[in-house]
Parts: sequence; C-alpha cells; structure tokens
Amino acid sequence: MEVLQNDQIASGLKNIFGDSILNVEYLDYLTITVKRDAILEVVKQLKEDSVYGFGFLTDLCGMHFPASVTGQKEQLGVVYMLHSLEKNFRIRLKILFPIDDPYVNSLTSLFNGANWLEREAFDFYGIQFKGHPNLKRIMNTDDFQYFPYRKNFPLEDQTRTDKNDAMFGR
Amino acid sequence: MSEITKTDKSLANKKVEVVTDGESEKKYTTLNLGPTHPATHGIFQNILKMDGEIIMDSESTVGYIHRAFEKLAERRPYNQITPITDRLNYCSSPINNIGWHLTVEKLIKAEIPKRVQYMRVIVMELARIADHIVCNSVIGVDTGALTGFTYLFQEREKIYDIYESICGARLTTNVGRIGGFEREWPEKTWELINRFLEEFPKTLKEFENLLMRNRIFLDRTIGAGPITAEKALNYSFTGPNLRAAGVDYDVRVFTPYSSYEEFEFEIPVGTKGDTYDRFMVREEEMWQSLKIIRQALTKIEKEPAGVFHANIPEFYLPPKEEVYNNMEALIYHFKIVMGETEIPVGEVYNCVEGANGELGFYLVSDGGRTPWRLHFRRPCFIYYQAYREMIKGSMLSDAILTMSSMNVIAGELDA
Amino acid sequence: MENNTAAITQWTTVAPPENYSGEGFMATTLDKAVGLARANSLWPLPFATSCCGIEFMATMGTNYDLARFGSERLSFSPRQSDLLIVAGTISKKLGPVLRQVYEQMAEPKWVISMGACASSGGIFDTYSVLQGIDRIIPVDVYVPGCPPRPEQLIDAILNVQHLAKNEPLNYRDSDRYKQRLDKYGIK
Repeated sequence: MEVLQNDQIASGLKNIFGDSILNVEYLDYLTITVKRDAILEVVKQLKEDSVYGFGFLTDLCGMHFPASVTGQKEQLGVVYMLHSLEKNFRIRLKILFPIDDPYVNSLTSLFNGANWLEREAFDFYGIQFKGHPNLKRIMNTDDFQYFPYRKNFPLEDQTRTDKNDAMFGR
Repeated sequence: MSEITKTDKSLANKKVEVVTDGESEKKYTTLNLGPTHPATHGIFQNILKMDGEIIMDSESTVGYIHRAFEKLAERRPYNQITPITDRLNYCSSPINNIGWHLTVEKLIKAEIPKRVQYMRVIVMELARIADHIVCNSVIGVDTGALTGFTYLFQEREKIYDIYESICGARLTTNVGRIGGFEREWPEKTWELINRFLEEFPKTLKEFENLLMRNRIFLDRTIGAGPITAEKALNYSFTGPNLRAAGVDYDVRVFTPYSSYEEFEFEIPVGTKGDTYDRFMVREEEMWQSLKIIRQALTKIEKEPAGVFHANIPEFYLPPKEEVYNNMEALIYHFKIVMGETEIPVGEVYNCVEGANGELGFYLVSDGGRTPWRLHFRRPCFIYYQAYREMIKGSMLSDAILTMSSMNVIAGELDA
Repeated sequence: MENNTAAITQWTTVAPPENYSGEGFMATTLDKAVGLARANSLWPLPFATSCCGIEFMATMGTNYDLARFGSERLSFSPRQSDLLIVAGTISKKLGPVLRQVYEQMAEPKWVISMGACASSGGIFDTYSVLQGIDRIIPVDVYVPGCPPRPEQLIDAILNVQHLAKNEPLNYRDSDRYKQRLDKYGIK
C-alpha cells in the first residue's frame, strides 16, 4: 500500500487541473483552494482515481466572509473534508465565491451523504447547489425568510422584552 | 395555530393515493409518524407512504430542536463553548467535551501529560458505555422487553455517581478544561470506578442472557433495516452503524488521539448491517470499553501521581494561592476569565470517536477571543439521511426498530 | 433471606381506633375525595425533547422511582393523560405541535415545565428557540436546572399533587380559569 504524500497530491492535481487550483496550504491537513466551477471534477478525480481513492466525504460546511474581512466584496465559501480510508489520508478543499452569485455544483451525484449537508449549507448561508434533488430548508421552517448563520443576522431572539440593557452591559 | 402547513409536493397532503400499475388499482395511505411519538426517541417526523403494512416511501423532517449551536459558539470564548458541546450527544457528554478540548489543544499545539490522557480515556470509555446502555436497552423496549431497560438504567446511575465525583454534574457534565481536568480526582472516584468494573459485567451478562439468543428478539431484529457496506460508505456512515455493515473504521485506530495507540482493544464488525448486527456491535463495544478502562487504570499507576493538567498557563486557570501572591498568575487568571487569551490564527479539524461515530470539530480562528467559525460534524445527522432507504419495503414495526437501533439522538441531529 | 423473615415476625401492628376498620362511613367533602384521587393518580405525558428527557427517564428508573407517586403508566396519548411534562428545549418549529398536544388534553390538566430551556429558553437565547413555553401554554410548575436533578422533578410532582388536592371542583368551569386560557388564546 503506497503511502500518500501531500506534495504528491498537490502536484498531481496541478498537472491535471492547471489553474483551477488556486492555492495550496499545508496546515493540519493539505488544504487546497479550488476554483468554484471545477469543484465537481476535482472531487470526482480524487474519488475515482485509484492512486488517491478519496471515497469518503467526511464533512461539508458553509462559510461567510463579510466585506470588512475580505476587503473587497462579500463572499461565501464551502469547505469539504475528504477522507481516503484505504490510505488513511485526509484532505480539505475550499471554494470561495461572491455572495450575489451563490451557485455551486452539488456533490450528490458522487456522494449520497452530501444531500443533507448541502441542504444545511443552503438553509444557513443561502448557497444554491445546482443539481441537488431536493434543495429546501432543513433546520428552520420552510417559510423562514433569512439565512441565519450569516454574520449580519442577529443571534438572539428579537421578541424578548424582559432583557434589562443595563444588566447585559449594553 | 394548530395547523402545520406543508408544501404541495409533500407526502403529507396526500391522504390516500390511488396508483395504477396497469393491472389493478392500489391504494397507498399516508401515515404520519409525527414529531411526538412514543417510539421515536427524539423529535423528528417521518411521513410514510404505505401499502397496507409495507412502507413504500418516506419523507423525514428534522430540525425540531434546532438550537443554533454553531452560531452561539461564535459569541463565546473558548472555555465557555464546552457547555454547548455537552448538549450535542447528551447521552455521552464527556466525549463531546474532551473532543472540543482536544481540538483547541491541537490549535494551540499543547503537550498533554500521559496521566491526563489516560484519565481522559477512562472518562470517554465510561461515556461510551453509558450511551450504548441507552441504545441497547431502548432496542429491547421497542421489541417489548422492558426488563432489560430497568436492569441497565441502574448501571447508568453508577456512571452518574462517577461523573458527579469528578465534575459535579450527572448528565451534562462540562468535564475537564483546556489542558486537563479542573481538579485531581478524589479517592472516591477510583473506588467507584473499581466497583463499577466489578459489578457492571454481571449486569451486562444478565442483560445479554435476556436478549442475545432470545428467539423472539432474533426473529424481530434479524433482517430489519439492512444496509450494505458500499451504500453505508456512500452515505458517510461512521461508528457502530458502519461497523455493523462490515467496515472496520474506528477513529481511535485510524487517527489515534489521547494515547489510544497504547491500548489493546478489538473492533467488533458485523456482516449484514441489520438491527441485530448493530445491537451486537454495541454490546461487544461495551465489553471492549471495559477492557480499555482496566488497562488505563494499570497504566495510571505507573505515572507520577498528582498530575492532572498540562503546563499551559495561558489557557489553564492557575491555583488561587498563586493568583493572590504572584503577579503573573494574576494576569493569566484575569485574561482567561475575561476571555482575552491569545489564540493563534488558523484552522483545524479534529475528530474523536463518539458513541455514534466520528464526531468532528472544524474550528477556524481569526485570533479573536471567540471562534470565527465552528462547525460540528455530527454523525447522527449524516447517517440519518439513509433512513429513508433503509426502511423502503419493510414493515412499520421494522421501521421503528431500525430507527431505535440507529441511535438517533435529537440533540446531535439538530444542533 | 433468613434475616428478613426474622425481622418480619418482630413487627407489631397498632389496633385501629373505633369504627375505623371494617364496614363503616367516612365523612368528607367531594372536593377532598376527588382531589385525593386525582393527586395520587397523575398520568404524565412526557414531552421529552432533549437532555431533560434523559433525566426524566432516570427519574422513572428504579433509583428515583416516579411510579410510587402514582405515575406508573406513562401515556403518550394526550387524550389519556393529565400531566404534561415538557422536558427539553422547545424550538419555534415545535411550538405549534406543543400547542396542539396541550389543546388535545382533557380537563383537568396540569403542566410542568422541566428544565431551564422549557421555562425560559435556558442558555439558548437564539433566533430559533422559544424563550419559554409559557409564551404559548399556561404552566403550573416550573423546575429550574440544566438538567434538573431527579429529586427536583419529584419535588415538582409533589407540588402538582398539592395543586390537584386543593383544587375546587368547579375551577375548570370558572371565570378565573377562562381568563387564564384567554391570555394564551386557547378556547
């Protein structure tokens, strides 16, 4: 069983996908920032190529970067964690895209487990996954108007009248 | 106020559906296994489309206990997030707490002494036993065997006594701190653990005698809700549900944490992935946990006594005597309590083997006093997606058993 | 076992006062008799959502047996229960369901709000959590704690028993009760 190395994966992907690979970082796991349009092909390559064999989707979560943080426009992001069970290797993929164009290809054709994870990302951040069989809200009620985990949505219940501002330091 | 509206496409709007398949007319009824139901242990709704007693299709609704943990965590300093992690899988809260502490320690790159790691292993394995007690006795209850439940819940009280002597709480423990434990375990804890190790095997054996080779139980559970290994991997199953399907993936072996690589234990694996396999995998895991606790106790005796936390004064509260006498300790105390500790910028993903599978924490820190983003990889949420496929074509009573054998804990499902 | 039988033979019983055993008459008010019957046979409906539900199960277990107070039979059907124990966080999505369950219960009915989350939202002051079930249904006893110890829940049941024993028979038809329900919009 060959042991996978970080550099091997990074260079292998760069050879195939060229400039769709935007950034490679060596944090606790190899973290690759990919262009939004190429994510389905990159994950497909990682899953089906027997050299890598990343057949297990560990996690999928949404991110929100307000304009004050990015310096330019507001951005949304999705972070994927993949795991290769045969080689015992984990990798993280990230994509970023502007908030007024929140369309991403869905991974449900490759992994059934991505179904509810993408619904959750849609519910909380408003990321639209193209090709998802049933993209509707999962945690909040169906008629909820907002995307609650974005940084500009308030955390607290706004209908409380009993909070004394002086006691809460406001 | 008492109408729960659904969209047009939903199964809930079709009371009786008439279907023709060329030869004859069939009538499908819609059954609402509603949010409050005695057999669903937790609050989730399943609308079932049934042909007589057989389930043709189903639609799940979750989110009835959505408490916005991830957004709440963006508002709290790192020590204050531990009580939130308690409430994820509340049947085995210490595992969540220690998983969170391990994540922060991975970010700040702290070295934890061996004795602390062994103590953590003991607490985590007790929590795993507690969770499997709940799951297995509830599988018994759903088949009608209430005696096993009363026997085993008494053992849970003993585990609660151990938790109470360590940290003061029974269920939502908030055990440990970043870097170790808040105080040295009293003598009583060690006595209670030893007594538990003597008494629990006897009760577990009695429980096994009730159910393991019981004709009625075997007939009910074998073949109920099976899933193949390929499908389970595609649905990102982890934990006992995946091991029952035949894949021996255990985070304690693949990515060992907190000195698990020094322990010898086996990973029980099933074959068909049905309810009986899940029951047996959890049963065997309880025996393996007892083995691990015994090994940890012998290992602790070899370590220097009295060590219960790591030497990380920026994150671990100094003792009160030093705070009153020493300037540095005073400053550290102030910074930790006010939440102004310096956390490095970065992102980290850490996973532990929870009672239900791989419990992961994805933490992104921007150097501030609260996390920028904290995401929980909750195993229950991910494997519950497969429920729809597991019950297609089975009978209603098998569907109930499948749900209880998957050990769906509502706190972890909805977070 | 032999020690137990030896102890039993040493018990003595006190003779009952005159006219208190065998056939006879007992004079009391209907209120008190009905109150006694109701208080000692409360059948709870455990509306258990999260962690408090596990503590409720522990209270029903053998260590802190709740069955000795008359709650032997848990009913999950609202039509057949008199005590609604709301244990755990209620989110805004679950609010209509709780309300429907409460409305389906038959009079007389009592409500225990178990735990901090049910009483006031608890530690979850978030957009999705109902900040206390007393926004939608009337509550009789609140139990603080996160989760409350079983002894606290038993104390709450004893309080409900006290309420049930001392309730006048026409309370449920009275104007005072109607006003209480009107506050919540329940008919």
